[in-house]
Amino acid sequence: MLSAIEIEQITHELQQVPVKKAACIEALKIVQQQRRWISDESVADIAAMLDMSTAEVDSVATFYNLIFRQPVGRHVILLCDSISCYVMGYTKIKQALVELLHIGYGQTTPDDRFTLLPNACLGTCDHAPALMIGNDLYRDIAIADLPQILDQYL
Amino acid sequence: MERPLTQHIPPSGAALHLKEYEAVGGYSALRKVLQELTPKEVTEKVKDANLKGRGGAGFSTGMKWSFVPMNVTGPKYLIANADEMEPGTFKDRWLLQGNPHQLLEGMIIAAYAIQATQAFVFMRWAYKEAAQIMTRAIADAYAAGYLGKNILGKDFQLDMQLHTGVGRYMCGEETALLNSLEGKRATPRAKPPFPQVSGLFGKPTIVNNVETLSYIPHIMNNGGDWFKSLSYTADGGTKIYGVSGKVNKPGAWELPMGVTMRELLEEHAGGMKAGLRFRGVLPGGASTDFLTDAHLDVKMDFAGVAAAGSRLGTGTMVVLDDKTCPVGFVHNLEHFFAQESCGFCTPCREGLPWTEKILLALEQGNGTYADLEQLEIHTQLLGPGNTFCALAPGAMEPLQSALKYFREDFEQHIKDKKCPYAHH
Amino acid sequence: MPIINIDNKNYEVKEGKNLLEACLSLGLNLPYFCWHPALGAVGACRQCAVKVFKDADDTKGRIIMSCMEPVKDQLRMSIDDKDARNFREHVIGWLMTNHPHDCAVCDEGGACHLQDMTVMTGHSYRDYHFTKRTYNNQYLGPFLNHEMNRCIQCYRCVRFYKDFAGGKDLDVFAAHNHVYFGRQQDGILESEFSGNLAEICPTGVFTDKTLKQHYTRKWDLTSAASVCQGCGLGCNILAGERYGAVRQITNRFNAAVNGYFLCDRGRYGYEFVNSDQRIKTPMVHHGPAEQSNGIPILEHVHHRIVPGKTIGIGSPRASLESNTVLKELVGADNFYLGVSAADHDLVSLSLRLLRQGPVRAASLQDAAAADVVLILGEDVTNTAPMLALSVRQAVRRIPVAAAQQQVHLAAWQDAAIREAVQDDKGPLFILSVQETKLDEIAQGAWHTAPDNIARIGYAVSHLLNDTIPEVTGMSEQGRDIAATIAKTLKSAAHPLIIAGYGGGSEAILKSAANVAWALHDLGIDAMLSFTVPECNSMGLEMLDGHRLESAVERALNNGVDTAIVLENDLYRRLNQHSADLFFSNIKSVILLDHLYNITAEKATIILPAGTFAESDGTLVNNEGRAQRFFQVFAPATAVQESWRWLLQVAAASGHTTLSSLQHLDDVVKYIAATYPQFDGITTLTPDAHFRLAGQKVPREPHRYSGRTAMLANKNVSEPKPAEDEDTALSFTMEGYRGEPPSSMIPFFWQPGWNSVQAVNKYQVETGGPLHDGNAGKRLIEPNVNGHTPFYTEVPEPYLPLKEHLLLVPCYHIFGSEELSIHTPGIAARMPAPYLLLHSEDAKRFQVTEGHLLHFMDNGHHYTLPVIINDTLQQGVAGIPVGLPGMQIAEAPQLIKV
Repeated sequence: MLSAIEIEQITHELQQVPVKKAACIEALKIVQQQRRWISDESVADIAAMLDMSTAEVDSVATFYNLIFRQPVGRHVILLCDSISCYVMGYTKIKQALVELLHIGYGQTTPDDRFTLLPNACLGTCDHAPALMIGNDLYRDIAIADLPQILDQYL
Repeated sequence: MERPLTQHIPPSGAALHLKEYEAVGGYSALRKVLQELTPKEVTEKVKDANLKGRGGAGFSTGMKWSFVPMNVTGPKYLIANADEMEPGTFKDRWLLQGNPHQLLEGMIIAAYAIQATQAFVFMRWAYKEAAQIMTRAIADAYAAGYLGKNILGKDFQLDMQLHTGVGRYMCGEETALLNSLEGKRATPRAKPPFPQVSGLFGKPTIVNNVETLSYIPHIMNNGGDWFKSLSYTADGGTKIYGVSGKVNKPGAWELPMGVTMRELLEEHAGGMKAGLRFRGVLPGGASTDFLTDAHLDVKMDFAGVAAAGSRLGTGTMVVLDDKTCPVGFVHNLEHFFAQESCGFCTPCREGLPWTEKILLALEQGNGTYADLEQLEIHTQLLGPGNTFCALAPGAMEPLQSALKYFREDFEQHIKDKKCPYAHH
Repeated sequence: MPIINIDNKNYEVKEGKNLLEACLSLGLNLPYFCWHPALGAVGACRQCAVKVFKDADDTKGRIIMSCMEPVKDQLRMSIDDKDARNFREHVIGWLMTNHPHDCAVCDEGGACHLQDMTVMTGHSYRDYHFTKRTYNNQYLGPFLNHEMNRCIQCYRCVRFYKDFAGGKDLDVFAAHNHVYFGRQQDGILESEFSGNLAEICPTGVFTDKTLKQHYTRKWDLTSAASVCQGCGLGCNILAGERYGAVRQITNRFNAAVNGYFLCDRGRYGYEFVNSDQRIKTPMVHHGPAEQSNGIPILEHVHHRIVPGKTIGIGSPRASLESNTVLKELVGADNFYLGVSAADHDLVSLSLRLLRQGPVRAASLQDAAAADVVLILGEDVTNTAPMLALSVRQAVRRIPVAAAQQQVHLAAWQDAAIREAVQDDKGPLFILSVQETKLDEIAQGAWHTAPDNIARIGYAVSHLLNDTIPEVTGMSEQGRDIAATIAKTLKSAAHPLIIAGYGGGSEAILKSAANVAWALHDLGIDAMLSFTVPECNSMGLEMLDGHRLESAVERALNNGVDTAIVLENDLYRRLNQHSADLFFSNIKSVILLDHLYNITAEKATIILPAGTFAESDGTLVNNEGRAQRFFQVFAPATAVQESWRWLLQVAAASGHTTLSSLQHLDDVVKYIAATYPQFDGITTLTPDAHFRLAGQKVPREPHRYSGRTAMLANKNVSEPKPAEDEDTALSFTMEGYRGEPPSSMIPFFWQPGWNSVQAVNKYQVETGGPLHDGNAGKRLIEPNVNGHTPFYTEVPEPYLPLKEHLLLVPCYHIFGSEELSIHTPGIAARMPAPYLLLHSEDAKRFQVTEGHLLHFMDNGHHYTLPVIINDTLQQGVAGIPVGLPGMQIAEAPQLIKV
């Protein structure tokens, strides 16, 4: 069931669009904001609110890589794996993260703290390699910086 | 040297807020336009300046606007494409974070020109800071009467919304962007009809790049001749160029259109890092053909880069050095493009993963000459018109030029059955 | 007409088409996947690439997708161009990177468009040597298999299911080369048209699950042109048999009727043919006839036919031939229509309205072209499913013209047109007793009792023509509804009014006729569509006969010794009490039917009657279109057509006129000569003497395998193939290999075109009629010049009563039809008996959902679990019709709970 906040925010978005369906992505963002990820139940709830079928909502949800259809940890690490970061050695950063967190891409630490995902270009190529955790962007990362960066996220 | 787009952005990159923007003449262009010009005159002015789209395709902005039907009822839309997702590209972030009102003013003028009543900034998800800045800028613009009903007391109204995306490179393609804004999967649409005629929600729509729209207030204030005079070449204006990779001072700079690649790399980016040699560059983002040291004196404008066999694209360059494996480099690119294919048309959906797999096999020393031939075939077949949109043709540009310029590296991988760069 | 140059040859082509359509219409081979004549073009698969050239001097040209390029006069193009051919071959190469190459174990194999296109492009060697991606498959219910690894991502399935048929539970998921077509979760596909996915899918992702139960390759089927028995619309089907069992039903294209599609009842409802309840030998007193004193069965029958005391009871699910022969055998005075009183009243009224009024009956094609649709009292999706699909097309199509104005594109530009159309829908108004599936696309949908529906109909007609009396005592809401509908109808060019048996009300039918006739008087090309319950309901009504209740009365008055019951279970026509009375008051019952049922239990003699698959015959659909269906296979048992049994009985009794008739053509000619209303049925198909190049038309493809071996386990000598003396078809693979007349096409096949897509080759143009026109002939034409008086007897409004409920019929696509429920998958989707109540009424009677409620009808007790439905008007209760084991209740009628 959607929470009161979610309903309120989705209702607000519905006022901005000419057809209900057009609020689909916004609704997914709102629910993900609250719950970290989009469960089958959330898909159904959003569908009901937007007069869409669950299939239609999920068709959209599964298309976009930043709508998570599986549970993620409290903090999602998005490591840029695009070309400038490749040149600047993101693969070593990845290896270091894997060793620090003992998880691979798409996995979540057992304490539910981190999920590690690769991400396409973060648009900060002059400061490669880069990663994002939540809303925070980290640039010019060195392996040595990683423990300190991760420590900020509980 | 004039830097109209970025001169007021402090070196820290911090945002110019409304008062600061107004203090340096912000919104004077809008005032002037609403007082003095008809929508058609605005479009003519942009046409006269011959402003070419900064998103990559380089189509005449004024021309694009002129295709919008003016005598229709119902809504029209103006959209700023701030979905900067071309790998190696980070120029719009600078403008979005540093001078949001410049974009908004450009958008309001553009909306006036096509008589749109609703505008959107479609911003990629990763630009969290830019989104915050833009949210505030929009609110400030409303409060100051630059947005909403009766803008500056005139009979013109415009509403503005910020939409942040949820990923997918495809959203940068204007028709896929429209689908995404409609809450749908970001698959591209067939053209015709062009968005100017049937765009967002089937209504006339203009989608322009951030850098393009940011130029509009300056063109309104200073005119087409001024705009043309900024440039070294026939393509007018300044351009934001960027360089990333193993250079001494990676970054972005606003420079006259047509600056040479050599100047960019050697002066602004400070040359290659110590011990490294320049081997090649993607001049305008991931989907442009490599240029090499033979092209260092190429003028970085639309025609110049095209003549050298590539595209100006976004004007943000990615440098390949001599210690980075070109095969691995291209594999990284094709991995990106294969991942970001929307899955709608066959050649792109199936062809790109194939090239990705071949490149990985080559990189791992498992490649064959037949694989090289297969890559060549793909570069020929995934051309414009053969695929539904420009994604796959763009993906083939760095591949085909890598096969041309770095062929010996590919063959070395096959002969050695391993990557010759692996120990680095 | 524009001239285009293809490979240096000029061709005249039709304006407004795309190049792919133009090429295919010219008979040229050009491969494609995502384009479909009914769905238009989206340019996804890139398979139909051709080269176009600027002018004769342009030697380079450029590759374009022919499906996305409009025909233009003087356009130069090449199919054969080296680059275009190379690209097309590589498109297959790409599709094959993930396709599993499992043709040998794939149900689509041998009838696969992907196979055909692969061969067409010349792709024969696989260059891809990496791993293939794999998917999990889904359970999609009893009708369709799902094998996603075979998917080539052409997007046709979602475009048909969602956009065309209005389904909601099939979609495309994920992105790049992970795109997945299926449901959000495993489960039964909800659309009534889901089975079409098996034909729309160009490869083996969606395949017919019932076929899988008794799988046969297309080339091993013995097939014939047939007509669906599932409802009164008469959709054209192909039925295929092997080893005496019907294996599969597929669409038989008819532009005027069902086009490319079928509903799931029609496609899957065939399993009764193979049922173990089939009657296969003649029975006397429930024992096999051979053991009955050695007397031949016909003697048994003949002895019981007492002139003046023998009656015949016809059937709306038996052919015109069988009904007519029975009528002749017993004499017109003794022929009774084997239909319920309600069905008889409604169908005979429909027939009168179509014959006497000035407004024509709409074909399914006409319905899809309507520009305003008004549905009165009918749940079309459940009573005439394919008509609902036509209504969906009308609603979809209407806003297209406006969108085309905006974007200046042809209607086949599917994606662009849909974008320009957005959610605009053509005007559809529905008045029904409860919510119907079509409500979701209606501009207005209102739910009320049948008489109130009729009153709105009358009110609309009054607003169109003030000589029709005003409806008094109308609520303000009712007046508003009528005004809205009337206003929209007035501005229409081709409005369609739909009513029928489902509403259970003559008043509704009359009001529908009033509306259509009033529109006609305004010079508007109005159309009527009256649904009828069964495949030959209209034909039987046209043949004419006495009411079934009079047969019961006559039996009670000792007027009947013997009743010959034709393909009928009288317990579905009469309530149990009447049926029991009837059977207990006659001496002998001679039944001709397919399946053992309650009526069979009462029968003295049972003759095994052929189903549609074992019979030739003619059916008349709801618009009065007579259509021939052909025997699919020669049964190894005593099963034969009812009309043939009856002719043999007639011969044994020395019947004067019938004795001379022997073959189908004899009967058809006799009917046409004797009954002017059926004049013309002799021209439905060529007669039995018809030959092409001196040969018959084979029911089996030339690749039919195993003929010499398939019965070797029984006898090493190959049996002599059955001979078809009734038609110009043969039961073998020998015969004319070319294209037969459209009315007798047994399967669609052309060299290089093994799948259903071969139908392109049989059409005048893609999506257009078959080469020699659409099969079938309309027997009812409106009385254009005459003037029929409008109906004036407006019913009183129905207001909820204190102690009574108005019982109304509820029809179900899966469950209400007698024979289709023998398909296990259809039975599985059938509802359990119920009584539908408004929650206020439930409160009133102190019941909640699931509680049992009791009422009486004609002395019969009903105890049914309650289902709450607040779309019903208060005071109205719904009861399902035709569910097996459920007593028939008269509806509408007032009941006391």
